[in-house]
Amino acid sequence: MAATEIHQTIETVFRIEQARLIAGLVRMVRDVNLAEDLAQDALVAALSEWPKTGVPKNPGAWLMAAAKRRAIDGFRRSKMLARKHAEIGRDLEDEGADPVADIEAAMDDDLGDELLGLIFTACHPVLSPEARAALTLRLIGGLTTDEIARAFLTSEATIAQRIVRAKKTLGKAGLTYEVPRGPEREERLASVLEVIYLIFNEGYAATSGEDLIRPALCAEAQRLGRILAGLAPGEPEVFGLLALMEIQASRLNARIAPDGSPVPLTEQNRARWDQLLIRLGLAALERAEALGGAGGRYTLQAALAACHARAKKAEETDWQRIAALYDKLRAVMPSPVVDLNRAVAHSMAFGPEAGLALLSEIEQAGALRDYALLPAAKGDFLFRAGLLVEAGAEFERAAALTRNERERTFLLGRAAACGR
Amino acid sequence: MRVIVMVKATKESEAGIMPSTELMEAMVKFNEELINAGVMLAGEGLHPSSKGKRIAFDGPSRTVIDGPFAETRELVAGFWIWEVKDMAEAVEWAKRCPNPMPGPSELEIRQVFEAADFGDALTPELAEQEERQRQKLAGH
Repeated sequence: MAATEIHQTIETVFRIEQARLIAGLVRMVRDVNLAEDLAQDALVAALSEWPKTGVPKNPGAWLMAAAKRRAIDGFRRSKMLARKHAEIGRDLEDEGADPVADIEAAMDDDLGDELLGLIFTACHPVLSPEARAALTLRLIGGLTTDEIARAFLTSEATIAQRIVRAKKTLGKAGLTYEVPRGPEREERLASVLEVIYLIFNEGYAATSGEDLIRPALCAEAQRLGRILAGLAPGEPEVFGLLALMEIQASRLNARIAPDGSPVPLTEQNRARWDQLLIRLGLAALERAEALGGAGGRYTLQAALAACHARAKKAEETDWQRIAALYDKLRAVMPSPVVDLNRAVAHSMAFGPEAGLALLSEIEQAGALRDYALLPAAKGDFLFRAGLLVEAGAEFERAAALTRNERERTFLLGRAAACGR
Repeated sequence: MRVIVMVKATKESEAGIMPSTELMEAMVKFNEELINAGVMLAGEGLHPSSKGKRIAFDGPSRTVIDGPFAETRELVAGFWIWEVKDMAEAVEWAKRCPNPMPGPSELEIRQVFEAADFGDALTPELAEQEERQRQKLAGH
Protein backbone atom coordinates (compact mmCIF):
# COMPACT_ATOMS: atom_id res chain seq x y z
CA MET A 1 0.00 0.00 0.00
CA ALA A 2 1.34 3.45 -0.86
CA ALA A 3 2.24 5.73 2.05
CA THR A 4 -0.57 8.20 1.38
CA GLU A 5 -3.04 5.36 1.07
CA ILE A 6 -2.15 3.80 4.43
CA HIS A 7 -2.26 7.25 6.04
CA GLN A 8 -5.77 7.78 4.72
CA THR A 9 -6.79 4.37 6.03
CA ILE A 10 -5.35 5.17 9.46
CA GLU A 11 -7.10 8.51 9.59
CA THR A 12 -10.42 6.91 8.60
CA VAL A 13 -10.03 4.18 11.22
CA PHE A 14 -9.19 6.86 13.77
CA ARG A 15 -12.30 8.84 12.80
CA ILE A 16 -14.47 5.78 13.37
CA GLU A 17 -12.84 5.02 16.73
CA GLN A 18 -12.28 8.56 17.98
CA ALA A 19 -15.48 9.14 19.96
CA ARG A 20 -15.26 5.82 21.83
CA LEU A 21 -11.57 6.39 22.44
CA ILE A 22 -12.04 9.86 23.89
CA ALA A 23 -15.04 8.64 25.90
CA GLY A 24 -12.98 5.87 27.52
CA LEU A 25 -10.09 8.24 28.20
CA VAL A 26 -12.30 10.93 29.74
CA ARG A 27 -13.72 8.36 32.11
CA MET A 28 -10.14 7.48 33.08
CA VAL A 29 -8.39 10.86 33.34
CA ARG A 30 -11.49 12.98 34.13
CA ASP A 31 -10.35 15.74 31.81
CA VAL A 32 -11.74 16.31 28.30
CA ASN A 33 -8.73 18.28 27.10
CA LEU A 34 -6.21 15.71 28.28
CA ALA A 35 -8.31 12.89 26.84
CA GLU A 36 -8.35 14.55 23.44
CA ASP A 37 -4.58 15.09 23.56
CA LEU A 38 -4.02 11.46 24.48
CA ALA A 39 -6.23 10.34 21.61
CA GLN A 40 -4.14 12.49 19.26
CA ASP A 41 -0.97 10.90 20.68
CA ALA A 42 -2.44 7.50 19.94
CA LEU A 43 -3.10 8.61 16.35
CA VAL A 44 0.52 9.73 16.02
CA ALA A 45 1.65 6.34 17.36
CA ALA A 46 -0.60 4.56 14.85
CA LEU A 47 0.74 6.68 12.00
CA SER A 48 4.26 5.56 12.86
CA GLU A 49 3.51 1.90 13.68
CA TRP A 50 0.77 0.76 11.32
CA PRO A 51 2.59 1.46 8.06
CA LYS A 52 5.12 -1.16 9.29
CA THR A 53 2.77 -3.64 10.96
CA GLY A 54 -0.46 -3.11 9.05
CA VAL A 55 -3.73 -2.08 10.70
CA PRO A 56 -4.20 -4.29 13.78
CA LYS A 57 -7.15 -6.62 14.02
CA ASN A 58 -8.80 -4.53 16.69
CA PRO A 59 -7.69 -0.97 16.00
CA GLY A 60 -9.92 0.56 18.71
CA ALA A 61 -8.33 -1.48 21.47
CA TRP A 62 -4.86 -0.83 20.06
CA LEU A 63 -5.42 2.92 20.09
CA MET A 64 -6.79 2.74 23.63
CA ALA A 65 -3.76 0.79 24.86
CA ALA A 66 -1.42 3.30 23.18
CA ALA A 67 -3.29 6.25 24.71
CA LYS A 68 -3.24 4.66 28.15
CA ARG A 69 0.49 4.11 27.90
CA ARG A 70 0.94 7.78 27.02
CA ALA A 71 -1.24 8.76 29.94
CA ILE A 72 0.95 6.85 32.37
CA ASP A 73 4.15 8.26 30.83
CA GLY A 74 2.70 11.71 31.18
CA PHE A 75 1.71 11.21 34.79
CA ARG A 76 5.13 9.82 35.63
CA ARG A 77 6.93 12.65 33.93
CA SER A 78 4.93 15.43 35.47
CA LYS A 79 4.54 13.60 38.78
CA MET A 80 0.91 14.52 38.71
CA LEU A 81 -1.64 13.45 41.27
CA ALA A 82 -0.27 10.32 42.84
CA ARG A 83 -3.78 8.98 43.21
CA LYS A 84 -4.59 9.12 39.53
CA HIS A 85 -1.20 7.61 38.73
CA ALA A 86 -1.80 4.72 41.10
CA GLU A 87 -5.27 4.14 39.70
CA ILE A 88 -4.18 3.94 36.09
CA GLY A 89 -1.05 2.00 37.00
CA ARG A 90 -3.24 -0.54 38.70
CA ASP A 91 -5.56 -0.60 35.71
CA LEU A 92 -2.72 -1.45 33.42
CA GLU A 93 -1.17 -4.00 35.79
CA ASP A 94 -4.50 -5.74 36.10
CA GLU A 95 -4.58 -6.14 32.36
CA GLY A 96 -2.06 -8.95 32.47
CA ALA A 97 -0.16 -10.28 29.50
CA ASP A 98 -2.40 -9.08 26.67
CA PRO A 99 -3.58 -5.54 27.37
CA VAL A 100 -5.16 -5.14 23.93
CA ALA A 101 -7.37 -8.21 24.37
CA ASP A 102 -8.34 -7.11 27.87
CA ILE A 103 -9.17 -3.61 26.71
CA GLU A 104 -11.16 -5.10 23.85
CA ALA A 105 -13.30 -7.04 26.34
CA ALA A 106 -13.64 -4.07 28.69
CA MET A 107 -14.58 -1.74 25.83
CA ASP A 108 -17.43 -3.97 24.82
CA ASP A 109 -18.83 -3.77 28.34
CA ASP A 110 -18.39 -0.10 29.16
CA LEU A 111 -18.34 1.41 25.75
CA GLY A 112 -21.98 2.36 25.60
CA ASP A 113 -22.00 3.91 29.01
CA GLU A 114 -18.77 5.81 28.41
CA LEU A 115 -19.90 7.22 25.09
CA LEU A 116 -23.24 8.23 26.57
CA GLY A 117 -21.34 9.90 29.43
CA LEU A 118 -19.26 11.85 26.90
CA ILE A 119 -22.37 13.00 25.02
CA PHE A 120 -23.93 14.21 28.26
CA THR A 121 -20.68 16.00 29.14
CA ALA A 122 -20.33 17.73 25.76
CA CYS A 123 -23.97 18.87 26.05
CA HIS A 124 -23.73 19.96 29.69
CA PRO A 125 -26.07 22.85 30.56
CA VAL A 126 -23.16 24.85 32.07
CA LEU A 127 -22.20 25.51 28.44
CA SER A 128 -24.02 27.77 25.99
CA PRO A 129 -25.95 25.95 23.25
CA GLU A 130 -23.40 27.11 20.64
CA ALA A 131 -20.51 25.78 22.73
CA ARG A 132 -22.35 22.50 23.28
CA ALA A 133 -22.94 22.12 19.54
CA ALA A 134 -19.29 22.83 18.68
CA LEU A 135 -17.96 20.47 21.34
CA THR A 136 -20.38 17.69 20.37
CA LEU A 137 -19.42 17.93 16.70
CA ARG A 138 -15.75 17.93 17.67
CA LEU A 139 -15.77 15.09 20.22
CA ILE A 140 -18.58 12.82 19.02
CA GLY A 141 -18.85 13.74 15.34
CA GLY A 142 -15.09 13.96 14.84
CA LEU A 143 -15.36 17.14 12.77
CA THR A 144 -12.32 19.39 12.56
CA THR A 145 -12.41 22.94 13.92
CA ASP A 146 -12.28 24.22 10.35
CA GLU A 147 -15.27 22.08 9.33
CA ILE A 148 -17.31 23.26 12.32
CA ALA A 149 -16.44 26.89 11.55
CA ARG A 150 -17.53 26.54 7.92
CA ALA A 151 -20.72 24.78 8.98
CA PHE A 152 -21.67 27.60 11.34
CA LEU A 153 -20.54 30.37 8.96
CA THR A 154 -17.95 31.69 11.35
CA SER A 155 -14.15 31.82 11.64
CA GLU A 156 -11.96 28.93 12.69
CA ALA A 157 -10.49 31.10 15.47
CA THR A 158 -13.96 31.71 16.91
CA ILE A 159 -14.76 28.00 17.02
CA ALA A 160 -11.33 27.06 18.37
CA GLN A 161 -11.74 29.60 21.16
CA ARG A 162 -15.29 28.42 21.83
CA ILE A 163 -14.08 24.84 22.24
CA VAL A 164 -11.12 25.80 24.45
CA ARG A 165 -13.40 27.85 26.70
CA ALA A 166 -15.98 25.07 26.83
CA LYS A 167 -13.35 22.57 27.94
CA LYS A 168 -12.12 25.01 30.61
CA THR A 169 -15.66 25.54 31.87
CA LEU A 170 -16.19 21.79 32.06
CA GLY A 171 -12.87 21.40 33.92
CA LYS A 172 -13.83 24.02 36.49
CA ALA A 173 -17.34 22.65 36.97
CA GLY A 174 -16.04 19.60 38.84
CA LEU A 175 -18.06 17.12 36.83
CA THR A 176 -18.16 13.38 37.34
CA TYR A 177 -18.31 12.66 33.59
CA GLU A 178 -20.85 9.97 34.38
CA VAL A 179 -24.25 9.38 32.81
CA PRO A 180 -26.65 11.39 35.00
CA ARG A 181 -29.22 9.38 36.91
CA GLY A 182 -32.36 10.22 38.82
CA PRO A 183 -34.14 13.54 38.49
CA GLU A 184 -31.10 15.25 36.95
CA ARG A 185 -31.26 12.92 33.97
CA GLU A 186 -34.36 14.41 32.39
CA GLU A 187 -33.00 17.95 32.41
CA ARG A 188 -29.62 16.83 31.10
CA LEU A 189 -31.24 14.74 28.37
CA ALA A 190 -33.31 17.74 27.27
CA SER A 191 -30.04 19.63 26.87
CA VAL A 192 -28.59 16.86 24.68
CA LEU A 193 -31.68 16.74 22.47
CA GLU A 194 -31.69 20.53 22.13
CA VAL A 195 -28.10 20.47 20.86
CA ILE A 196 -28.70 17.70 18.33
CA TYR A 197 -31.77 19.49 16.97
CA LEU A 198 -29.84 22.75 16.83
CA ILE A 199 -27.20 21.05 14.69
CA PHE A 200 -29.90 19.58 12.46
CA ASN A 201 -31.65 22.90 11.99
CA GLU A 202 -28.41 24.66 11.15
CA GLY A 203 -28.03 22.16 8.30
CA TYR A 204 -31.69 22.45 7.33
CA ALA A 205 -31.36 26.25 7.05
CA ALA A 206 -28.54 25.90 4.52
CA THR A 207 -29.41 26.99 1.00
CA SER A 208 -28.24 25.55 -2.30
CA GLY A 209 -24.85 26.73 -3.48
CA GLU A 210 -23.53 27.04 0.04
CA ASP A 211 -20.53 25.10 1.33
CA LEU A 212 -21.60 21.44 1.29
CA ILE A 213 -20.52 21.03 4.89
CA ARG A 214 -23.64 22.90 5.98
CA PRO A 215 -26.31 20.56 4.62
CA ALA A 216 -24.06 17.71 5.86
CA LEU A 217 -24.92 18.87 9.38
CA CYS A 218 -28.35 17.28 8.93
CA ALA A 219 -26.75 13.89 8.28
CA GLU A 220 -24.42 14.48 11.23
CA ALA A 221 -27.34 15.24 13.55
CA GLN A 222 -29.26 12.21 12.29
CA ARG A 223 -26.23 10.06 12.95
CA LEU A 224 -25.94 11.49 16.48
CA GLY A 225 -29.63 10.79 16.99
CA ARG A 226 -29.23 7.19 15.83
CA ILE A 227 -26.19 6.68 18.08
CA LEU A 228 -28.10 8.13 21.02
CA ALA A 229 -31.08 5.87 20.30
CA GLY A 230 -28.73 2.88 20.49
CA LEU A 231 -27.27 4.11 23.79
CA ALA A 232 -30.51 5.14 25.48
CA PRO A 233 -33.08 2.70 24.11
CA GLY A 234 -35.61 3.43 26.85
CA GLU A 235 -35.94 7.19 26.30
CA PRO A 236 -39.06 8.04 24.25
CA GLU A 237 -38.01 11.60 23.41
CA VAL A 238 -34.73 10.36 21.92
CA PHE A 239 -36.80 8.38 19.44
CA GLY A 240 -39.19 11.31 19.04
CA LEU A 241 -36.34 13.60 18.02
CA LEU A 242 -34.84 10.93 15.77
CA ALA A 243 -38.21 10.42 14.07
CA LEU A 244 -38.62 14.17 13.60
CA MET A 245 -35.18 14.53 12.00
CA GLU A 246 -35.50 11.49 9.72
CA ILE A 247 -38.89 12.62 8.40
CA GLN A 248 -37.83 16.23 7.93
CA ALA A 249 -34.64 15.09 6.18
CA SER A 250 -36.71 12.92 3.84
CA ARG A 251 -37.90 16.15 2.19
CA LEU A 252 -34.50 17.79 1.72
CA ASN A 253 -34.48 17.06 -2.03
CA ALA A 254 -38.00 18.32 -2.62
CA ARG A 255 -38.08 21.56 -0.71
CA ILE A 256 -36.13 23.79 -3.13
CA ALA A 257 -37.40 24.58 -6.65
CA PRO A 258 -34.95 24.61 -9.59
CA ASP A 259 -34.79 28.43 -9.36
CA GLY A 260 -33.73 28.18 -5.71
CA SER A 261 -37.02 29.27 -4.15
CA PRO A 262 -38.44 27.25 -1.26
CA VAL A 263 -41.34 24.94 -2.10
CA PRO A 264 -44.10 24.77 0.53
CA LEU A 265 -44.76 21.36 2.01
CA THR A 266 -48.15 20.90 0.39
CA GLU A 267 -46.74 21.69 -3.07
CA GLN A 268 -43.65 19.49 -2.96
CA ASN A 269 -43.18 16.66 -5.43
CA ARG A 270 -43.77 13.78 -3.06
CA ALA A 271 -42.10 11.36 -5.45
CA ARG A 272 -38.85 13.03 -4.38
CA TRP A 273 -39.36 12.36 -0.69
CA ASP A 274 -36.87 9.84 0.60
CA GLN A 275 -38.98 6.79 1.43
CA LEU A 276 -36.15 5.05 3.27
CA LEU A 277 -35.82 7.93 5.72
CA ILE A 278 -39.61 8.14 6.08
CA ARG A 279 -39.69 4.46 6.97
CA LEU A 280 -36.92 4.90 9.54
CA GLY A 281 -38.72 7.96 10.91
CA LEU A 282 -42.07 6.22 11.22
CA ALA A 283 -40.41 3.26 12.96
CA ALA A 284 -38.72 5.61 15.45
CA LEU A 285 -42.01 7.41 16.04
CA GLU A 286 -43.74 4.10 16.71
CA ARG A 287 -41.01 3.26 19.20
CA ALA A 288 -41.37 6.63 20.96
CA GLU A 289 -45.11 6.13 21.30
CA ALA A 290 -44.69 2.51 22.46
CA LEU A 291 -42.38 3.79 25.20
CA GLY A 292 -45.22 6.01 26.42
CA GLY A 293 -43.85 9.23 24.93
CA ALA A 294 -46.75 10.26 22.68
CA GLY A 295 -47.12 13.56 24.59
CA GLY A 296 -43.45 14.64 24.40
CA ARG A 297 -42.54 17.79 22.48
CA TYR A 298 -40.31 16.05 19.94
CA THR A 299 -42.63 13.08 19.56
CA LEU A 300 -45.58 15.39 18.93
CA GLN A 301 -43.62 17.28 16.28
CA ALA A 302 -42.59 13.97 14.73
CA ALA A 303 -46.23 12.86 14.72
CA LEU A 304 -47.09 16.09 12.86
CA ALA A 305 -44.33 15.48 10.32
CA ALA A 306 -45.57 11.89 9.97
CA CYS A 307 -49.08 13.09 9.02
CA HIS A 308 -47.58 14.73 5.94
CA ALA A 309 -45.23 11.81 5.26
CA ARG A 310 -48.12 9.35 5.25
CA ALA A 311 -50.25 11.35 2.78
CA LYS A 312 -49.58 10.16 -0.77
CA LYS A 313 -51.06 13.40 -2.12
CA ALA A 314 -51.38 16.78 -0.41
CA GLU A 315 -55.20 16.47 -0.59
CA GLU A 316 -55.02 13.28 1.47
CA THR A 317 -53.44 15.08 4.43
CA ASP A 318 -55.26 14.34 7.66
CA TRP A 319 -55.67 17.97 8.78
CA GLN A 320 -58.03 17.08 11.63
CA ARG A 321 -55.34 14.94 13.19
CA ILE A 322 -52.77 17.68 12.61
CA ALA A 323 -55.07 20.23 14.28
CA ALA A 324 -55.52 17.91 17.27
CA LEU A 325 -51.74 17.37 17.53
CA TYR A 326 -51.15 21.14 17.51
CA ASP A 327 -53.66 21.49 20.34
CA LYS A 328 -51.49 19.09 22.35
CA LEU A 329 -48.17 20.59 21.26
CA ARG A 330 -49.33 24.01 22.38
CA ALA A 331 -49.70 22.67 25.93
CA VAL A 332 -46.14 21.29 26.18
CA MET A 333 -44.43 23.90 24.01
CA PRO A 334 -46.28 27.18 24.34
CA SER A 335 -45.15 29.61 21.64
CA PRO A 336 -46.94 32.07 19.35
CA VAL A 337 -45.34 30.37 16.32
CA VAL A 338 -46.90 27.06 17.38
CA ASP A 339 -50.19 28.93 17.79
CA LEU A 340 -49.87 30.33 14.27
CA ASN A 341 -49.26 26.88 12.83
CA ARG A 342 -52.16 25.62 14.87
CA ALA A 343 -54.40 28.27 13.31
CA VAL A 344 -53.31 27.17 9.83
CA ALA A 345 -54.04 23.52 10.69
CA HIS A 346 -57.48 24.41 12.05
CA SER A 347 -58.24 26.44 8.93
CA MET A 348 -57.40 23.41 6.78
CA ALA A 349 -59.39 21.04 8.99
CA PHE A 350 -62.44 23.15 9.85
CA GLY A 351 -62.48 26.03 7.37
CA PRO A 352 -60.95 29.52 7.14
CA GLU A 353 -63.30 30.96 9.79
CA ALA A 354 -61.84 28.60 12.42
CA GLY A 355 -58.36 29.79 11.43
CA LEU A 356 -59.37 33.45 11.63
CA ALA A 357 -60.80 32.95 15.13
CA LEU A 358 -57.51 31.48 16.38
CA LEU A 359 -55.50 34.22 14.65
CA SER A 360 -57.44 36.93 16.43
CA GLU A 361 -56.51 35.28 19.74
CA ILE A 362 -52.83 35.62 18.80
CA GLU A 363 -53.36 39.23 17.71
CA GLN A 364 -55.17 40.08 20.93
CA ALA A 365 -52.26 38.68 22.94
CA GLY A 366 -50.08 41.14 21.03
CA ALA A 367 -47.72 38.45 19.77
CA LEU A 368 -45.97 38.19 16.39
CA ARG A 369 -46.66 41.86 15.53
CA ASP A 370 -43.87 42.15 12.96
CA TYR A 371 -43.93 38.55 11.80
CA ALA A 372 -44.74 38.41 8.07
CA LEU A 373 -46.22 34.92 8.25
CA LEU A 374 -49.09 36.12 10.45
CA PRO A 375 -50.65 38.50 7.88
CA ALA A 376 -49.71 36.01 5.16
CA ALA A 377 -51.78 33.32 6.88
CA LYS A 378 -54.56 35.79 7.58
CA GLY A 379 -54.59 36.82 3.93
CA ASP A 380 -54.88 33.20 2.92
CA PHE A 381 -57.80 32.53 5.31
CA LEU A 382 -59.63 35.69 4.14
CA PHE A 383 -59.01 34.77 0.51
CA ARG A 384 -60.47 31.32 1.07
CA ALA A 385 -63.43 32.91 2.91
CA GLY A 386 -64.09 35.02 -0.21
CA LEU A 387 -63.12 38.34 1.42
CA LEU A 388 -60.80 39.42 -1.38
CA VAL A 389 -60.35 43.10 -0.52
CA GLU A 390 -59.37 42.33 3.08
CA ALA A 391 -57.17 39.44 1.92
CA GLY A 392 -55.29 41.68 -0.50
CA ALA A 393 -54.56 44.19 2.27
CA GLU A 394 -53.11 41.44 4.48
CA PHE A 395 -50.88 40.07 1.70
CA GLU A 396 -49.53 43.59 1.13
CA ARG A 397 -48.88 43.99 4.82
CA ALA A 398 -47.02 40.66 4.86
CA ALA A 399 -45.00 41.70 1.77
CA ALA A 400 -43.93 44.88 3.56
CA LEU A 401 -42.80 42.91 6.62
CA THR A 402 -40.77 40.15 4.99
CA ARG A 403 -37.05 40.50 4.50
CA ASN A 404 -36.94 37.70 1.95
CA GLU A 405 -37.06 38.91 -1.66
CA ARG A 406 -38.59 35.74 -3.13
CA GLU A 407 -41.22 35.69 -0.42
CA ARG A 408 -42.08 39.33 -1.13
CA THR A 409 -42.58 38.58 -4.83
CA PHE A 410 -44.79 35.63 -3.93
CA LEU A 411 -46.92 37.69 -1.50
CA LEU A 412 -47.33 40.61 -3.91
CA GLY A 413 -48.44 38.06 -6.51
CA ARG A 414 -51.12 36.82 -4.13
CA ALA A 415 -52.17 40.41 -3.39
CA ALA A 416 -52.51 41.03 -7.15
CA ALA A 417 -54.69 37.93 -7.45
CA CYS A 418 -57.07 39.58 -4.97
CA GLY A 419 -57.65 42.32 -7.52
CA ARG A 420 -55.38 44.93 -5.97
CA MET B 1 -23.21 10.07 1.50
CA ARG B 2 -25.22 6.96 0.95
CA VAL B 3 -23.81 3.67 -0.32
CA ILE B 4 -25.19 0.27 -1.10
CA VAL B 5 -22.98 -2.61 -0.02
CA MET B 6 -23.70 -5.79 -1.95
CA VAL B 7 -22.77 -9.26 -0.79
CA LYS B 8 -21.87 -11.20 -3.91
CA ALA B 9 -23.35 -14.65 -4.34
CA THR B 10 -21.34 -17.85 -4.14
CA LYS B 11 -22.00 -21.48 -5.05
CA GLU B 12 -23.16 -22.06 -1.46
CA SER B 13 -25.55 -19.10 -1.33
CA GLU B 14 -26.98 -20.05 -4.72
CA ALA B 15 -27.48 -23.61 -3.44
CA GLY B 16 -29.58 -22.17 -0.63
CA ILE B 17 -27.15 -23.27 2.12
CA MET B 18 -27.96 -21.19 5.20
CA PRO B 19 -25.09 -19.57 7.12
CA SER B 20 -23.82 -21.34 10.25
CA THR B 21 -24.97 -20.24 13.69
CA GLU B 22 -21.46 -18.97 14.30
CA LEU B 23 -21.56 -16.76 11.21
CA MET B 24 -25.07 -15.57 12.07
CA GLU B 25 -23.83 -14.52 15.52
CA ALA B 26 -20.87 -12.67 14.04
CA MET B 27 -23.18 -10.97 11.54
CA VAL B 28 -25.64 -9.90 14.22
CA LYS B 29 -22.76 -8.38 16.18
CA PHE B 30 -21.45 -6.56 13.11
CA ASN B 31 -24.93 -5.22 12.32
CA GLU B 32 -25.21 -4.02 15.89
CA GLU B 33 -21.94 -2.11 15.53
CA LEU B 34 -23.22 -0.52 12.31
CA ILE B 35 -26.47 0.49 13.98
CA ASN B 36 -24.75 1.85 17.08
CA ALA B 37 -22.48 3.95 14.90
CA GLY B 38 -25.54 5.38 13.12
CA VAL B 39 -24.27 3.97 9.81
CA MET B 40 -26.82 1.32 8.86
CA LEU B 41 -30.08 2.42 7.22
CA ALA B 42 -31.23 -0.94 5.87
CA GLY B 43 -30.00 -4.43 5.20
CA GLU B 44 -31.47 -7.65 3.86
CA GLY B 45 -30.42 -11.10 2.75
CA LEU B 46 -31.76 -12.49 -0.51
CA HIS B 47 -33.05 -15.91 -1.51
CA PRO B 48 -31.04 -17.71 -4.21
CA SER B 49 -31.62 -16.64 -7.80
CA SER B 50 -33.53 -19.90 -8.42
CA LYS B 51 -36.46 -18.08 -6.83
CA GLY B 52 -35.79 -14.91 -8.82
CA LYS B 53 -37.08 -13.53 -12.12
CA ARG B 54 -35.55 -11.35 -14.79
CA ILE B 55 -37.46 -9.08 -17.14
CA ALA B 56 -35.60 -8.60 -20.42
CA PHE B 57 -36.38 -5.45 -22.44
CA ASP B 58 -35.95 -5.11 -26.18
CA GLY B 59 -37.82 -2.18 -27.65
CA PRO B 60 -41.47 -2.70 -26.77
CA SER B 61 -41.11 -6.40 -25.88
CA ARG B 62 -40.76 -7.74 -22.35
CA THR B 63 -39.63 -11.30 -21.73
CA VAL B 64 -39.77 -12.90 -18.30
CA ILE B 65 -36.85 -15.23 -17.56
CA ASP B 66 -36.99 -17.63 -14.63
CA GLY B 67 -33.98 -18.18 -12.34
CA PRO B 68 -31.54 -19.62 -11.51
CA PHE B 69 -29.10 -17.40 -13.37
CA ALA B 70 -25.55 -18.13 -14.47
CA GLU B 71 -22.56 -15.91 -13.60
CA THR B 72 -22.88 -16.70 -9.89
CA ARG B 73 -20.14 -14.22 -8.98
CA GLU B 74 -22.11 -11.37 -10.52
CA LEU B 75 -25.29 -12.14 -8.55
CA VAL B 76 -26.23 -10.47 -5.30
CA ALA B 77 -26.96 -12.51 -2.17
CA GLY B 78 -27.70 -9.63 0.18
CA PHE B 79 -27.20 -5.91 0.70
CA TRP B 80 -26.94 -3.05 3.16
CA ILE B 81 -27.60 0.63 2.73
CA TRP B 82 -25.20 2.74 4.76
CA GLU B 83 -24.87 6.45 5.46
CA VAL B 84 -21.18 7.31 5.70
CA LYS B 85 -19.01 10.43 5.47
CA ASP B 86 -17.03 9.19 2.50
CA MET B 87 -16.02 6.11 0.54
CA ALA B 88 -12.98 5.57 2.78
CA GLU B 89 -15.28 5.15 5.78
CA ALA B 90 -17.47 2.68 3.88
CA VAL B 91 -14.35 0.66 2.97
CA GLU B 92 -13.22 0.54 6.60
CA TRP B 93 -16.61 -0.64 7.79
CA ALA B 94 -16.78 -3.24 5.03
CA LYS B 95 -13.36 -4.60 6.09
CA ARG B 96 -14.80 -5.20 9.56
CA CYS B 97 -17.54 -7.43 8.19
CA PRO B 98 -17.14 -11.11 8.99
CA ASN B 99 -16.59 -13.17 5.84
CA PRO B 100 -20.26 -13.58 4.84
CA MET B 101 -19.66 -16.92 3.08
CA PRO B 102 -17.99 -20.22 4.02
CA GLY B 103 -15.41 -19.83 1.22
CA PRO B 104 -13.87 -16.83 -0.55
CA SER B 105 -16.39 -14.05 -1.10
CA GLU B 106 -16.72 -10.43 -2.06
CA LEU B 107 -18.49 -7.24 -1.01
CA GLU B 108 -19.08 -4.50 -3.54
CA ILE B 109 -19.65 -0.89 -2.46
CA ARG B 110 -21.46 1.50 -4.78
CA GLN B 111 -22.34 5.12 -4.14
CA VAL B 112 -26.01 6.07 -4.36
CA PHE B 113 -26.82 9.06 -6.57
CA GLU B 114 -28.01 12.20 -4.85
CA ALA B 115 -29.65 15.24 -6.47
CA ALA B 116 -26.37 17.19 -6.48
CA ASP B 117 -24.64 14.38 -8.44
CA PHE B 118 -26.82 14.93 -11.48
CA GLY B 119 -25.18 18.31 -12.08
CA ASP B 120 -25.61 19.42 -15.67
CA ALA B 121 -27.52 16.26 -16.61
CA LEU B 122 -30.53 17.83 -14.93
CA THR B 123 -31.19 20.18 -17.84
CA PRO B 124 -33.46 23.21 -17.47
CA GLU B 125 -36.03 21.31 -19.58
CA LEU B 126 -36.01 18.34 -17.20
CA ALA B 127 -36.13 20.68 -14.23
CA GLU B 128 -39.10 22.41 -15.78
CA GLN B 129 -40.83 19.11 -16.44
CA GLU B 130 -40.33 18.23 -12.82
CA GLU B 131 -41.77 21.59 -11.87
CA ARG B 132 -44.89 20.79 -13.96
CA GLN B 133 -45.19 17.38 -12.28
CA ARG B 134 -44.92 19.10 -8.97
CA GLN B 135 -47.69 21.53 -9.83
CA LYS B 136 -49.85 18.70 -11.15
CA LEU B 137 -49.40 16.86 -7.89
CA ALA B 138 -50.27 20.00 -5.98
CA GLY B 139 -53.51 20.15 -7.95
CA HIS B 140 -52.86 23.29 -10.04
